[in-house]
Amino acid sequence: MAGARKPPTKAQIRRRNLEVAVQYPVDWLEERSGLIGGIKYFLFRKVPADTNWMQTLGSATLTAFIVQAVTGVILAMYYQPTPQGAYPSIVRITDHLTMGWLVRGMHKWGASVFIILMFLHMGRVFLFGAYKYPRELNWVVGVLLLATGMAEGFTGYLLPWDQTAYWASVVGINLNGTAPFLGPWLAQFLRSGQEISGETLTRFYSLHMLILPGAIAALIGLHLYLVIRLGVTSPPWSDEAAGRERPEEPSELRQGLTQTAAHGSGGQS
Amino acid sequence: MEPSEHGPDRDDARHHEPSPTLYPLGFAVGIAVILVGLVIDPLVIGSIGLVITLVFAFLWIRDATRLHREERVAVEAERREAAEKGVPVKGERFPRSRFLESMTVGLGALIGGIVTVPVAGFALLPSFLGQGRHKVDLGPLSEFPEGQWLVATFMTDPAAGEVSRRTAFVRNNGAFDNEPSFTIISNRCAHLGCPVQPNGPIGKTSFEPTANGKVRLIQATPAGFGCPCHGGQYDTEGNRTAGPPVRALDRYSFEINQGRLVLLSTFSVSHVDGTGAQAKIYKYKLSGPGQHVDGGEQWFYPIQPPHH
Repeated sequence: MAGARKPPTKAQIRRRNLEVAVQYPVDWLEERSGLIGGIKYFLFRKVPADTNWMQTLGSATLTAFIVQAVTGVILAMYYQPTPQGAYPSIVRITDHLTMGWLVRGMHKWGASVFIILMFLHMGRVFLFGAYKYPRELNWVVGVLLLATGMAEGFTGYLLPWDQTAYWASVVGINLNGTAPFLGPWLAQFLRSGQEISGETLTRFYSLHMLILPGAIAALIGLHLYLVIRLGVTSPPWSDEAAGRERPEEPSELRQGLTQTAAHGSGGQS
Repeated sequence: MEPSEHGPDRDDARHHEPSPTLYPLGFAVGIAVILVGLVIDPLVIGSIGLVITLVFAFLWIRDATRLHREERVAVEAERREAAEKGVPVKGERFPRSRFLESMTVGLGALIGGIVTVPVAGFALLPSFLGQGRHKVDLGPLSEFPEGQWLVATFMTDPAAGEVSRRTAFVRNNGAFDNEPSFTIISNRCAHLGCPVQPNGPIGKTSFEPTANGKVRLIQATPAGFGCPCHGGQYDTEGNRTAGPPVRALDRYSFEINQGRLVLLSTFSVSHVDGTGAQAKIYKYKLSGPGQHVDGGEQWFYPIQPPHH
């Protein structure tokens, strides 16, 4: 720092000691794992100056998925995937268990929110032209996420095991069955046999809470990796769009953590 | 302090030494005294333990943060240069490292395959193999007066319970060539599998005890059959008359066993000419709803999965 150094006041020393105390565990973790740097790299990226509220739809969709995952895990503690037990356990969750109505309601309505947000996010990406080079692969991953998300909706719809659930699944499975060539095989696989049975229910339950969420989580990881690698697109009306970049500015954000003691006394070397 | 101020030869050994202090030991003793105190005398011994714990915790923290309160030493994470890959040692045509690489990948793939094959088989095959076929006893022939439609509701597999409940429309056509003739139509819509209903008034309900549990028989006088889901309509022979269905309703084959009507497997029907005992039924292997069995579209479904 330019200028003559004054001896630090007591308040400055206290403040500096506090910073050191807070920083110590963070530095400890960073030195051994590099996680802090990774998180900083993930969260404090440079984005175009004229990003838009529409560009928060992706993280809103991610939030909706996290809500579905958390409420779904809790519901799985009380739900029984058997033909005799499924509907009574749903009634118990909704009408008898404390706050069960709330968590089931979050899961049920959150499912629609998740699907709607996926489409809004997709529309934003389309209208901003954010699917274009070099982000084509992320569009493809997003379409796979849409498909797995819709499959979540389809498999989850059977689980209450009431008349609506049953006949909607009959129709849905038979719709799959009308696909040419492999359709009848797909339908029989989904049905776990040629007729709907208790095994259809357990199969849909397994797909709904294990296979599909796992696939979605993995695809979200890939989706975010590509977002971070390729950066956020400017809106189409932006001067920065179409590859016209701002001049590079020096950034402090990606510097290491170990020199943070210096930040306390005013920053740069 | 920037990391660049410290050369690679800086002395950071002091920083990595384990703390020579005994304070953690005192802290542990304090915790142990608290736990003993909780069992014996929480007020006295527990308090003593708490005091010991807090004193040693303070000393430990003071000792552990001493370096940071005095002076801060920046330590860079350890780094090692990766060795140059794939460069063979002079005179070696096939390096040992490359052999080990391919062996690791190959063995991993082999193990993965050995694990995947049975798991994938278990996921896929039970849906297609060993598909059971159920005979369903609907009761004595006397329950089925000639010319009367009955809506028969039954469980194909009482062990599986309500989920195996199915419905058929049954009409005794009387004798044909001295053989009993029945029209037995499945209520599974040929569009997408919803339950087809009789279009007409229903009459008295009776329950018939059978080998398959109670069979419910409802008298009906249908002018045809209609589907509530998407409006498919059929005549009393099961021919499609309106709406989205792609063929006629499926039918059950049947047998008369010791004077009782027994349902066998189902088969698909493209259309039916004539009515009742004189009907000519164009019969096909059972297909899923929405799948054409005749015409050009049948080539979309060349191989049906195995079922009865």
